[in-house]
Parts: sequence; structure tokens; C-alpha cells
Amino acid sequence: MRFCSRSAKTVFLLVLCFLLFLPSMNLSQTQERFPKPDFQSGYTRPDLLTPTPRSQLLEYLDVLVLLVALALATYFAHKLRSRRKLFVLMVFSLIYFGFFRKGCVCSIGAIQNVGYAIFNSGYAVPLTVIIFFILPLVFTLFFGRTFCAAVCPLGAVQDAVVLKPTKVPAWLAEVLGILPYIYLGLAVLFVATGAGFIICQYDPFIGFFRFGASFNMMIFGASILLLGTVVARPYCRFLCPYGVLLNWMSRLSRWHVKITPTECNKCRLCEESCPFGAIKTPNEPRYQGSKEKTVKSLAALLVMLPLFIGGGGWIVSRLDESLSRQHFTVSLAEQILLEERGESTVLTEETKAYRASGKPREELFQEAVSIQEKFRLGGWFLGGFIGLILGLKLLNLSVLRRQLEYDVDTGTCLSCGRCFAYCPFEHVRLGLITPEEAAAQGARDPEAREKNENENV
Amino acid sequence: MKKDRRVKPVNRRDFIRRGLHIFSGITIGGLTGLLFSKSSSEEMVWQLDPNICVQCEKCAVNCVLPHSSVKCVHSYSMCGYCDLCSGYLQPGAKSRDTGAEHQLCPSGAITRTFVEEPYFQYTIDEELCIGCGKCVKGCISFGNGSLYLQNRHDRCLNCNQCSIARLCPSQAWKRVPASRPYILRGDESQRYQKG
Ligand code: SF4
Ligand code: SF4
Ligand code: SF4
Ligand code: SF4
Repeated sequence: MRFCSRSAKTVFLLVLCFLLFLPSMNLSQTQERFPKPDFQSGYTRPDLLTPTPRSQLLEYLDVLVLLVALALATYFAHKLRSRRKLFVLMVFSLIYFGFFRKGCVCSIGAIQNVGYAIFNSGYAVPLTVIIFFILPLVFTLFFGRTFCAAVCPLGAVQDAVVLKPTKVPAWLAEVLGILPYIYLGLAVLFVATGAGFIICQYDPFIGFFRFGASFNMMIFGASILLLGTVVARPYCRFLCPYGVLLNWMSRLSRWHVKITPTECNKCRLCEESCPFGAIKTPNEPRYQGSKEKTVKSLAALLVMLPLFIGGGGWIVSRLDESLSRQHFTVSLAEQILLEERGESTVLTEETKAYRASGKPREELFQEAVSIQEKFRLGGWFLGGFIGLILGLKLLNLSVLRRQLEYDVDTGTCLSCGRCFAYCPFEHVRLGLITPEEAAAQGARDPEAREKNENENV
Repeated sequence: MKKDRRVKPVNRRDFIRRGLHIFSGITIGGLTGLLFSKSSSEEMVWQLDPNICVQCEKCAVNCVLPHSSVKCVHSYSMCGYCDLCSGYLQPGAKSRDTGAEHQLCPSGAITRTFVEEPYFQYTIDEELCIGCGKCVKGCISFGNGSLYLQNRHDRCLNCNQCSIARLCPSQAWKRVPASRPYILRGDESQRYQKG
């Protein structure tokens, strides 16, 4: 043991060193306290290895996979109308984007990078992230949400656990349908103020893709999946912020999948087939008489709309204090105040680190105040946005649109293709039955026949 | 029936829809253009600035990976090759005994090898290093500061939002271009200066 030649002198020196350098801790990070040795023995210093990140080429491979998957999903949904093929593609996406790429880069999270780039001039958003954000939107603007059907890994993991979907009452679905708008608005507010990426922070499934997350997030993810066995795709329908954008695009889409490949004779066979409640059923033209009333309530709502927007803005801008606390700088400044006033006796790591950095107090507080102001201003926008959405929802509900056939609701339909096989005309298309047989199916259901007859009168 | 649908005259609703469709297309196009003007063809990756880091030990536990992507690296160009390494030995260690109870590293990731009298080389085994920064604190406080933490990109998943960065008390983390993925000290800091 030749290393262990101990001597009291060195121990003494070591203790002396400790005492001498104790006050200077943390202040200077690099000090040449000991001279660099000149080696006599021909020893060469080892190199510091710096392994490179995943290559740029592979990032573009991801983009290519996304493009191909989107094209295939669209082809399967529109041309082949094959649920089975869509399902296989969905499983592939789950494995590739979910388990292999570990859920990052994802279109949903890309909202934040895009927002961050717009509001923060210091951040250059990588091209691949832009493409991940834009490409599904473009596809949806033309073909509907085929991205959700078979490409999005978050959708896929939920879709895989749909066991016994139950119907969510329409009013509840409408109310919960507000959540994604709020979530989207909050996410944009948070990136605009630099408070962080909350969509990533609260991504419920990332823990499964990586086989590990914080305990709370694991519980959250597991409960969403558990809920997902009876309420199909709860995250997609009642939380997903990207779904908001896709919903808008899909409503305006140039081409969208239809339940029937040709015609609908209201046989009602598909009525219960959509686990997401995205099928519009025909309604009777019963409101003819009360048209005046409808117009009146419409006008009232239109007048109220600015009130909704203003009121929403006012309310949310009042929340600036509690919202801005999510920002690191603001919470740090608050903690410093608490400590200075003696209201908090334990010093946090954050305040210790701040004090060690020697940054002037005024600067920190100024920064915190300006961030709070941003939150107040952003709050007006966020609240106004939520108010607008609420108003538009009410407007939408008060207009009874005439619906003649069974058709998908283009906004919420995920183009998953589940309903296709329920339609007798799909069976005709596949050559399984003759058109006559299909036509006869419409007459099978007495209630439907009655409805049909009523309409034909 | 199919034909009927196609020749259906364009009604007002359809007209508005078509207009909005085109409007959305233009919006997306405009947004894309705007984003491209703010884009970089390069990927961004997460790195911690060792000059800001206070070795709070949170890097060891906050990474989404079960074994943190953050490891201690060693700038040999700065190292004093001390016999009494303050990053290796417990403060006040009675001896330079290499027994585990005298070592600062909780996982025994640092090995000490004799170079020549009186110098010793300290090597980090990244498989064992948990990224707690205990040795870093020791080295910075009493040594040359040649040990410091870095996010190792052969391990890092490059999360869109690094969960260590979010919780770092000194806010030492930032996004850096993938071609200059480390913030190094000593002679190694020249490494990315050319490009
Ligand atoms: S709604 Fe959102 S989470 Fe669901 S599939 Fe679509 S993008 Fe993915
Ligand atoms: S394709 Fe059919 S089953 Fe699937 S979401 Fe749309 S309406 Fe529902
Ligand atoms: S969390 Fe921050 S301060 Fe703590 S060890 Fe990591 S980089 Fe250093
Ligand atoms: S980006 Fe993710 S994997 Fe990398 S250090 Fe941060 S948390 Fe860990």
C-alpha cells in the first residue's frame, strides 16, 4: 500500500486548506490553487471525451417517418377505408414515436417551441420541430384528423386501451370540451412569459414511453389510461391542446372521411359505432315554427359576445399573481422576500444559489415585476380567448343545423375508421352484399323506417 | 346520388367554409414563413453551465432517465493531480486511504491511480457516476475546479423540456446548438471555438 504513506504534516495541511478556503466557497469556480504538474515520466493527460448528440440525419429521418405515416394514414382512411390497416399503422407509430423515440419530438409539444420562438427572439426553433408542428395541420386541413387516427403516439396509446367505451352525455362532453382550449391558452401564456413548457411537464404518457416518471405523473397517466378503457381517448377529447388546432383545421378540411362510401339510407346501424361520440344524427326539421325565437336568441348571444370576452379577460388578468408564481424568477423573488421578512426560516436551494450568484437584488425584483406584468397582459388575452370560445360554443348550441344523414362531425372525428364497417353500403363497396340487400337494411329498423317515411312525405 | 352531391350548387355555408379553408391555408403558410425566419437548421440540446451550477445534487434525481444523464467530467488540463484530492477524499479524512469510507463519491465512481511521485490521476467511471456533484463541490471549493458536471449526450434523450432544467435552483441549464453541445473548462473550452 504505497499510496498510504501518512504523515501528520499532510493532514495538518489539509485541515489548514479547509479553513483557508472555506469562506471562498462557491464564489470562484475555477482557481488554480495547485499548479499543473510537469510530468517527468512521459505521462500524457487523457482526453475529455465529448460524445455527440443524436445525429442531425436521424432527426430528419423522424420527419420522413412522420411524412410517410401521415400519407399512409390518409390513404388507409380515405382510399382503402380500412380500420385494420389504420390500426397496424397506429401500433407502428406507437412503437416508433412512443417507445423508440421516447415521445420527444412530438407535434403536441411543438406548440410550445413555436410559441417560444414567436415570443422570445433569443430562441431559434429547429427546422424539424417546425415541420412536426406544421405537417399534421396541413394534412388535417385537407384530409381531416388522420394524424390522430394513426400517427400520434399519445392517441395511439389511448386507442390501444379502448375496451368498453361508454357514451359521455352530450352536455358533459360539451363542457369538458372547453378544457383543451384553456389548456392551449395556458400553454401559450406560459411559453410567452418564459415560465416553461407545461404540456411537456404534464404529458401523462411520457412516463410509459420511457418506463419511468415521477410518482405523481405515473399515477396521473395510469388513471387516464384506466379511464380510457371506458371513456375512449379521454386525453384527446378533453385535454389535448393540439387537438384544438386539429379540430379547427378538420372542420374546414377539403376532404373528410364519411361513414358511408356512397349514400346513407338512415338505417341507424352506425349510430352507436363511434366511441368518441363524433357521429351526427339526422334531426327533424322541428324548429321551423320558432325560427323567430332562434334569431332573437342568436342576436342576444352576439351582443353578449363582447361581454364574454371582456369578462373573461378581466377575470384571468386578476389571476396574474398566482399564475406568475409558476415562473422561476417570480417564485424566487417571493421566496427571497419571505426570507428577508423572516416569514420563512428555512433557506431554499434556490435562494442559496441566488445569493451565491451575487446578482443584485433590485435586478431580480425588477425582472419579477416585469414578468408579472406580462402575465397580467397575457391574462387579458387568455381570458378573452376563453370567453370567445364559450360564447361561440353557446352560439353553436343555439343554432340547430339541419342534418339529413348520418355523418361524422368533422371537428371531433378522428378518422379512425371504426364506423365504416357498420354501414351496409360499405359492405356493398367491398362486394359482400348487393345494393338491394343494403337498401333492405334500411327498412329493417321500424323506427328508422318511420323516420324515413316522415321525411319522404 | 353520388353525382347529385357533386353538382350541388354552392350554397352560402359551403362558400364560407371554402373561404375559411383558404384563409387557414394562408395562415399556416404565413406562420410557416415566420417560423422559418426564426429557425435554425440545427437541433438544440440541453446543457448545464458549470460556471453557474451550485452542485445542489438535484441533477442526480431530476432527470427522466433512471440513471441521470448528467455525469461528472474531468478536465485533465486543469487538474493538479493532487495527492490529497478534495474531490476524491472526504473532508478531514484522516488518511489518503482509498477505502470507501474515506471517499466523497457515494457510488465509488472515482478511481485513483498513481502517475509519478507525488501525482495521482483521478478517473470517473460514468457507469457508476450518478451526477450528484459531491466531488465537484469538493474540487471547486478546495481544488482547481477541474471536476464539473456535464449533460452527457450519449445518454440524454434531449427532452423538449429538460426536467432537470426546470427544477435547477441556479437556472444553470440552457439550450445550446447541437454542434457545440458542451460547456467546457480549461483547455477543452477551445474545442468548439473554431466552428
Ligand atoms: S387529439 Fe391530440 S393526443 Fe389525441 S391523437 Fe390527436 S393530437 Fe394526439
Ligand atoms: S371515423 Fe367514425 S368511428 Fe372513427 S372517430 Fe370518426 S365518426 Fe368516430
Ligand atoms: S440542478 Fe443545477 S445547480 Fe443543481 S447540480 Fe444540476 S446544474 Fe447544478
Ligand atoms: S433532457 Fe431529459 S434526459 Fe436529458 S438531462 Fe434533461 S431530463 Fe435528462
